Amino acid sequence: MNTCMERLKNGIITENPTFVMMLGMCPTLAVTSSAINGLGMGLTTTAVLVLSNLFISLLRNVIPDKVRIPGFIVVVASFVTMIQLLLKAYIPFLDQALGVYIPLIVVNCIILGRAEAYASKNGPVASIFDGIGMGLGFTFGLTCIGICREILGAGAIFGKTFIPDDFHITFFVLAPGAFLVLAFLTALQNKLKMPSATNVEGDDSLSCGGNCAGCTGCGAVANKGIIEAERAAAKAAAAQAAKEKAAAAKAAKEAAAKASADKSE
Amino acid sequence: MSNLLNLSSSPHVRDKSSTKSIMWDVFLALMPATIFGAWNFGLKAVILIVACIATCVLTEYIWQKAMKLPLTVSDGSAALTGLLLALNLSATFPVWMAIVGSVFAIIIVKQLFGGLGQNFMNPALGARCFLMVSFAGQMTSFTYDGVTGATPLAQIKNGVTDPSLCAGKSDLLDMFLGTIGGTIGETSTIALLIGAAYLLARKVITWRIPVIYIATFAIFALIFGEQDVMYLAKELCGGGLVLGAFFMATDYVTSPITPKGQIVFAVLLGVLTGIFRIFGASAEGVSYAIIISNLLVPLIENVTIPTPFGKEGIKDGK
Repeated sequence: MNTCMERLKNGIITENPTFVMMLGMCPTLAVTSSAINGLGMGLTTTAVLVLSNLFISLLRNVIPDKVRIPGFIVVVASFVTMIQLLLKAYIPFLDQALGVYIPLIVVNCIILGRAEAYASKNGPVASIFDGIGMGLGFTFGLTCIGICREILGAGAIFGKTFIPDDFHITFFVLAPGAFLVLAFLTALQNKLKMPSATNVEGDDSLSCGGNCAGCTGCGAVANKGIIEAERAAAKAAAAQAAKEKAAAAKAAKEAAAKASADKSE
Repeated sequence: MSNLLNLSSSPHVRDKSSTKSIMWDVFLALMPATIFGAWNFGLKAVILIVACIATCVLTEYIWQKAMKLPLTVSDGSAALTGLLLALNLSATFPVWMAIVGSVFAIIIVKQLFGGLGQNFMNPALGARCFLMVSFAGQMTSFTYDGVTGATPLAQIKNGVTDPSLCAGKSDLLDMFLGTIGGTIGETSTIALLIGAAYLLARKVITWRIPVIYIATFAIFALIFGEQDVMYLAKELCGGGLVLGAFFMATDYVTSPITPKGQIVFAVLLGVLTGIFRIFGASAEGVSYAIIISNLLVPLIENVTIPTPFGKEGIKDGK
């Protein structure tokens, strides 16, 4: 049970696919022109992700290692086809809004990435929760971007307009606005969550060395414990050294005092 | 002792010019066009210019205060960005939109990339393109003498010859003097050329980028446009070509530093402007040409690094 909750938290917060891992950028930038599109895309991907994770986890001992990628693709493509047909039948407006991006879920990095990194190595229950966590994290990211773009670009939330037409900034509905909103939201979550050069004083406090240009995202969190242990050890060693130094100084002083006493004698 | 000896690496050039003096030189050089724009379009243009400059300066001040950065407002670069942005707007452009554009120029194009010297494209043009994408209707609505209509450049583009459909007149002389519709600063070619002559005389800019840019564009227009002197003259005088070539393509931060690179940059600008104006959907293409070329500057500089003296003929350090 603990693993399951950890998987959910991992997907939604620690390794959020949109803001931390930067995976699935194509749908993230292309379909988030409105909040409902972002939510729809996120939930569709979640459904595919959960099912593909489950089946890949079940088949993980059957699929030969050498042909695992084609194997994963076949599983993922089957579920995408099913979901697309279901969407066409029951939510046609979403199918039309998302268009070609639904078939493109097959090649979404998140799904293949989770299959490769998690589902092919872990049991079915944990894999399902991993899929749910990652899917919800993706949905959360896409919906946030969609809401921001819709408010700024079309003056509405989920289609309900509350800002008059004159004040819409069309830029945010178009592609450059997607990049800008994604960048701002990522910066915001880094500021709030990750220990990085932007919110920690001094470079030595960072396990990654504070080099944001070469940052891989989640590395700083993963080995934070090791670094903290190292730092504690260094501190203890420094304290020990200071103690020894003080003792040595004391001994030297005593020796000097003794020498002067000897001299005076 | 170390206070007496000043150690620095070559080149040991002594010069009085500073960021501040260069910025104010450009500011001064833009004054003929600004004053002409104010006279041509009236109070609305003045309000727009003041609003843009004030917003840019204030935004930079607030941002640097909030981020605990050294204050660089007094170097005049923010004020210059504001002025250039205002000169790139139509006089009837709503003031609040201009303020949004000014904030975009300073914060997103300039400060987020590290401030003056680090901005990857010209802030004023970045903001102009942002406004163009966001508020296309207001950006391309030009009024002259109370008549709203197409600019002379757009008339050439659309093949309109009926003078009643345009804002103001569209004779070549009017286009040269500037008594036509357009953005605040771009209409008067003569006022811009006076400013450009001042900049060249003060050696703030070199002739390479503007002259090669305009020449390349002229050749491109002659080959792919109409083979007509009148058409060519109108293409050169109309739109933001002169303003862009002398005042924005020559921006120190976003243009190549090597002489060869400047030539490549200018040719690229000319070709892109020609493509956008002649084959593109809209009549004007200077701003997009400049910001696209701005993005290529690091690459251009990379392939045009000059050989140091004494290293000629030695290949790859062998």
